[in-house]
Amino acid sequence: MKHRTLLISIAVLMAAFSAFGEANKPNAQVERGKYLVSTMGCNDCHTPLKMGANGPEPDMSRMLTGHPESLVMPPPPALPEGPWVTVVSGTNTAWAGPWGVSFTANLTPDPETGLGKWSEKQFIDTMKTGRHLGMGRPILPPMPWFMIGAAHDEDIKAIFAYLKSLPPVKNKVPQPIEPAAAK
Amino acid sequence: MAMIVRGPADVAQALLPARGATRRPVPATIGRPAPRGDAQAGVPAPHETNAQSTPDRKGTNTVSKRSNLIAAALIAAAALHAGVGRADGSGRPAPVRAPERLSETGLYSDITNETIAPRNLSFEPQYPLWTDGADKARWIRLPDGATIDVRNTDGWIFPVGTKLWKEFAFGGKKVETRMLWRARADQWVFASYVWNDAQDEAFLAPEVGIRNHAEIGGGARHSIPSQAECRSCHESGGTPVLGFNALQLSDERDLLAPHRKPLQATSLTISRLEKFGLLYPRRPDLVENPPRIEARSPRERAVLGYLSANCGSCHNSRGPLAGLGLFLQHEIGLSSMGVDPALATSIDVAGQFVVPGSDHDGSRRIAPGAPQASALVYRMSSRRPSSQMPPLGTAVVDSEAVELIRAWIAEDLGAK
Repeated sequence: MKHRTLLISIAVLMAAFSAFGEANKPNAQVERGKYLVSTMGCNDCHTPLKMGANGPEPDMSRMLTGHPESLVMPPPPALPEGPWVTVVSGTNTAWAGPWGVSFTANLTPDPETGLGKWSEKQFIDTMKTGRHLGMGRPILPPMPWFMIGAAHDEDIKAIFAYLKSLPPVKNKVPQPIEPAAAK
Repeated sequence: MAMIVRGPADVAQALLPARGATRRPVPATIGRPAPRGDAQAGVPAPHETNAQSTPDRKGTNTVSKRSNLIAAALIAAAALHAGVGRADGSGRPAPVRAPERLSETGLYSDITNETIAPRNLSFEPQYPLWTDGADKARWIRLPDGATIDVRNTDGWIFPVGTKLWKEFAFGGKKVETRMLWRARADQWVFASYVWNDAQDEAFLAPEVGIRNHAEIGGGARHSIPSQAECRSCHESGGTPVLGFNALQLSDERDLLAPHRKPLQATSLTISRLEKFGLLYPRRPDLVENPPRIEARSPRERAVLGYLSANCGSCHNSRGPLAGLGLFLQHEIGLSSMGVDPALATSIDVAGQFVVPGSDHDGSRRIAPGAPQASALVYRMSSRRPSSQMPPLGTAVVDSEAVELIRAWIAEDLGAK
């Protein structure tokens, strides 16, 4: 009799812990995503740099908001023939090269200017295919989508969950500018 | 309605009424198989188990009852640990894989002599998809005795076992044959077969496709699409079958459709489908009144047909890009309901894309009278990565279609 009661208790406890684990999963997922975002270098380009006492440093008041809407870039300087091929803004958010000019995206969940309307699937597909929304234009350099796309789906989902948990910031990033010579 | 049913959430989605004007009752055949997660099936529902039997309040539980209780509790705990009941529940049968060779798919009865198996029926959509000028041939094969469920005119449902093929040739040489196969109720197989130099066999392409596979003239090269690319077009609307529907198989053809091919005597059309008894229910109405796009001019009709076939698989109101609010997929049922959604969501509507060199406030998806300020024309005319439309499946601009749309914007819309 005691033996059976013990078995029942163990089973009930197992079920309870499982349910508890499930309930807490979202937070754990967001935490995992935060860890991945901070260690995989997303802030390097998606958080504008500002000049500090020790040189350029991320402006965390604009964390992951992408190229600032207020910073309208002049046409990039033409580089002479040679091994230098890329010009970068001081914010690290505007990049000019043979592909034209690309601007880093607003990764906060603002519905109009950020990831607010993106689904988890679209985010995963984007990272795996290198295409906008997983089906549109190619993601331009220097975005290393293939590096993130190589992560396990659970990790990409965690990244997305974390980004969706951020406060939405309205910051409309310009569309890419095509290379004049290619027109 | 969603045709690809993978799990409980998708079943629920499939049971919702389709958006759009043709809200017909959901066919019972869709609801019936509604597989609850396979894993769930292994867990008895509470009312089905003895464990749910009323506890004996008098303390006279039998050994049998207690054993059942223990067993049920252990099963429940194990199930929770195993993830049973989750949306991505495991236990699903392994996906069906495409054969390694085209000759094994049933398209050819003798591939070395290029003999198509007689039971495969050829068809020509009236608005063909542009693929850099490729010569295309298409066939469908329905299982014996099976019919296509056409209760929803704009959402045909194909029986399990249906196969469709499309063969691409450039300069008289077969390059690629794609197959779409409803292998199971919950799985469409997407496959592409790459032809060998001897032209006597084609082999399954890798999942990632083959970039720049074949020279197609003018320095452009044809790429074999990846699985993800196949799915990005074929799984972004109501049905994965894009070129075989009421509008595309109409017996009344649009004579201004770019790249249209004359109908062959053997080509399947709605009247032939009806005659062969391949539609369920019978649809004599579609024979008597062949589906056509109602437009203000013949040119506009051709434009809307082109946009529907070439852009509407992604730009529609049902798929993942619905949020963009650009609805180019034509639905027969909507034709008689006022302004065509394609026109309403594009003409004089500002999109996210601003045409370079145009006034920011002047750039429109379609700027009436001004093709140069119309993002649709700009993007159709581009094969640069950051602006090209369609973004995949083509490396050469469709000049004939661009000219048609340019003239429509400049002349038809400019005059209004």
